[in-house]
Amino acid sequence: MISSVIVFPGSNCDRDVAVALKKFKIKNQMVWHNETSLPKSDLVVLPGGFSYGDYLRTGSIASKSRIIADVKAHAKKGGLILGICNGFQILIETGLLPGVLLRNKKLRFLSKNVFLKVINFNNKFCSNYKNKSIIKLPIAHNEGNYFANNEILKKLEDDNLIAFKYCDEKGKIDENSNPNGSSKNIAGILNFKKNILGMMPHPERLIDPVLSGEDGSMLFNSLNKIK
Amino acid sequence: MKISTTVTLKKDVLDPQGKVVSQTLKNMGYKNIISVRQGKYFEIEINEEDKNKVKIIIEEICKKLLANTIIEDYKINLK
Repeated sequence: MISSVIVFPGSNCDRDVAVALKKFKIKNQMVWHNETSLPKSDLVVLPGGFSYGDYLRTGSIASKSRIIADVKAHAKKGGLILGICNGFQILIETGLLPGVLLRNKKLRFLSKNVFLKVINFNNKFCSNYKNKSIIKLPIAHNEGNYFANNEILKKLEDDNLIAFKYCDEKGKIDENSNPNGSSKNIAGILNFKKNILGMMPHPERLIDPVLSGEDGSMLFNSLNKIK
Repeated sequence: MKISTTVTLKKDVLDPQGKVVSQTLKNMGYKNIISVRQGKYFEIEINEEDKNKVKIIIEEICKKLLANTIIEDYKINLK
């Protein structure tokens, strides 16, 4: 498994995710956004951060970067793409995932641990969560309020494309366990072919039991099982 | 030619910033405020004098970059 982390001006979780990939034996390379071609990769990671200072709309300027044409081609061929936080916002602006991410309902930047329910295990990112469906991961965002029209939301549910939903410690999904106002408590979604995952929480921040916990490790371990 | 465009959230999309501004205005004593919607304003200078051509280009720019048409409407103001 070879991965490429795309680095934009303003990315700040690029090195964290590179550490996580390396820990789980995924051979990683960093790729600058202005490159014209993507080196051979099985997985592309769009990291968290504040690309271009969140100017215009979060992720909108990064979605017009030179490298994105190749990232789209990679997606079309069925290559894996993981977008975390700002990376999810970029995937949305690129049109690779449906819907939009609005400002948090209460207009506050949220930085805390939240509980998530893993809704779909049958994809290459989440297979390891089969035996642990309620996990804890940190969120750190200002625009994570997932919004889509009813038609898209219905399609996401009917095709089982919601990967994670915000919940409480016991797995209860309701308004009280929804930190940012997301439709249907959505925290992460997949595309139809399930080769693209966009998520607001940060799995790369929970990969060491000494420092934090291991609920993020399981995602990288799922990926590393593939080849 | 100089053109301006405004981008605003669609009617059905919650605008929390506008809501806070509206509430603050009411708190300041402007009791007759009904609602406020916040948006973005762009001034664009373009090296083209043909009004029709300009309109086509700006329309394209709005769709491709300035507005996210899932949640936002745009208005082009040709002078």
